[in-house]
Amino acid sequence: MFRLNGIPAIALAATFVVALIAVLTFTRPPVDVIATGDPGTGMQIVYNPAKVNAALGINQAPSSLPPIDAGPAASTVYKNVQVLKNVSTGAFGRLMVSITTWVAPQQGCGYCHVAGDFASDAKYTKVVARRMLQMTIAVNTTYSNHVGSVGVTCYTCHRGMNNPSQVWFTGVTPGSGGGLAETRMGKDLPAAAVDGSSLPSDPYTPFLLNSAPIRVNGNSALPDGTNLASLKQTEWTYALMMTYSQALGVGCEYCHNSRAINDWSESTPQRVTAFYAEAMLRDLNSNYMVPLTGVFPAAQLGPSGDVAKVDCATCHQGVYAPLFGAKMAAQFPPLEGVGTVSPTAATTGEGTGAMPAMPGMTGSGTGQ
Amino acid sequence: MPEYQNIFTRVQIRGPAHAGVPLAQGPWAREGKPGFSYLLGQLGNAQIGPFYLGTLGLASFLCGFIAIEIIGLNMWASVGWSPILFIRDLPWLGLEPPSPAYGLHIPPLNQGGWWLMAGFFLTSAMILWFFRVHRRATQLGLGTHTAWAWASAIWLYLCLGFFRPILMGAWGEAPPFGIFPHLDWTVAFSLRCGNLYYDPFHMLSIVFLYGSAVLFAMHAGTILATSRFGADKEVEQTVDRGTAAERGALFWRWTMGFNATFESIHRWAWWFAVLTPITGGIGILLTGTVVDNWFLWAVKHGVAPHYAALYGTISDPAKQ
Repeated sequence: MFRLNGIPAIALAATFVVALIAVLTFTRPPVDVIATGDPGTGMQIVYNPAKVNAALGINQAPSSLPPIDAGPAASTVYKNVQVLKNVSTGAFGRLMVSITTWVAPQQGCGYCHVAGDFASDAKYTKVVARRMLQMTIAVNTTYSNHVGSVGVTCYTCHRGMNNPSQVWFTGVTPGSGGGLAETRMGKDLPAAAVDGSSLPSDPYTPFLLNSAPIRVNGNSALPDGTNLASLKQTEWTYALMMTYSQALGVGCEYCHNSRAINDWSESTPQRVTAFYAEAMLRDLNSNYMVPLTGVFPAAQLGPSGDVAKVDCATCHQGVYAPLFGAKMAAQFPPLEGVGTVSPTAATTGEGTGAMPAMPGMTGSGTGQ
Repeated sequence: MPEYQNIFTRVQIRGPAHAGVPLAQGPWAREGKPGFSYLLGQLGNAQIGPFYLGTLGLASFLCGFIAIEIIGLNMWASVGWSPILFIRDLPWLGLEPPSPAYGLHIPPLNQGGWWLMAGFFLTSAMILWFFRVHRRATQLGLGTHTAWAWASAIWLYLCLGFFRPILMGAWGEAPPFGIFPHLDWTVAFSLRCGNLYYDPFHMLSIVFLYGSAVLFAMHAGTILATSRFGADKEVEQTVDRGTAAERGALFWRWTMGFNATFESIHRWAWWFAVLTPITGGIGILLTGTVVDNWFLWAVKHGVAPHYAALYGTISDPAKQ
């Protein structure tokens, strides 16, 4: 009946090609759907078993050494112990060996320590490691509102590598293009940070390093002059939320009821957990990472000379809870602050963004 | 006429090329020697040309060309003038309106000035095109329905990119030029205003948009199905309901108890199409100006319920 030539044939062929390309980008069924809200609200978390299995494969906590807690305080035996002062030598040694397998399994102790003089702070990696140890303890002790009983260890971010794979560097300053044309707008280019969209590609710097307001919604039906957020500002917040979504491998509905995305009473408890992460990340970035900028060799820094910084993905790595919620930190009491010197003492005013005293930087070892 | 019972045109009736009815007095003539295209004949009329450019057509074309050049060259500059990146990343590239900090002032060219200029020329091109369509229709002795349908599209465009930004006091409220950028902007718009789906004029616009598609399918289906009885001669059948028109009407009367006429169906379609951007534009103008959060507005007026909390009391931790 149909004689296919000319336009109909071209149209059919083009439709087939486009459909084929589109279908190949789809996630193959089956999917597991978990309803988390009222029917009809679209609050459904969709999991693809193949992707979950892949994530399960690469997000397993490594086995821990048997617990040891014996011997005198580490600072009485070893020199230049500034953080783990009151940890027993048994637990101290166990933690050092564990850190080696978590961060430098290939290089071993020598990645941070000078052979023959383990007390020396000559290697920058040791200075960084000490500060990261303080950071880990700070996360586990002061941010339990976010990390709960899961906590973090070095492995949460490092995963057996010297540098965590999921970090960010500051991008271009929007509108910093100097020429006649409109360039370097910080958006309108495919950006991996925001799931390949054209949204602002560095929503981290304003929100997770600086304290730009994230909220853009008004709390009254009619304009009452209290909410002056612009549409451009909204695009930045939208981009930040895309990074959360990607980092946790979930959709908006994991935290929000998308019909009323701003409304807390219709949100899930996870949104509260995520909220506490924002203050935590600002603290970690401005008080732990940024002050280390001068410690790192230039090759480790970003394009604009800034230090690698932390966002949700650094720990979560595509999973709703890092390592699927394995309670790894609990097996290392010093990482939860037991026997350590208070990490907050290491900073001069947490949250102020002030440059903290950096133990080891001057070689005087007077930090703590 | 079995050839008409197909989903595409297989009959190409070719007479001598038709130069068109005599033109009313004017400085321009129809240009070019008409030709025939078999491929285009499968979609529409096989005769191509002669063309009528005219003052308005030329002015509109030039303005449109300038706008596309401004947008395209800025996009190209944003990938460092790389031709490969320009093509590969084209859907992502954009030309942004100025920062809200500039308000309604004129920003430097590379801070949104080009956007303002592109908008000016694109708007000029569209309005000149409106006058061109209006004048062409008038000179052919037609009604001006097409021109006014086009005007309704211009209305929505100006609501988004001109009227609302002025009401809000910043060019930065307007959408960027660019394929993905303007789609991201659209989502951001809904996020900012507390869900645009609760805007009743957005609802109306969706009704008319989807309604247009349904009417289009119903009407086109009816005409194709009855064309074997000559229903493709719609204009004649409007006043002289032959076998085809009677059967089409009967079909719908039996199907849904009511039928449009061969004339009224076109009024339905025209109004549905035209009301889509008209209502949409009103919905845009109300957003942020007189309503800040459409979800809360809908709850306040009983349009949507506030669902009961499923997870105990989740409240804003910033207020604790």
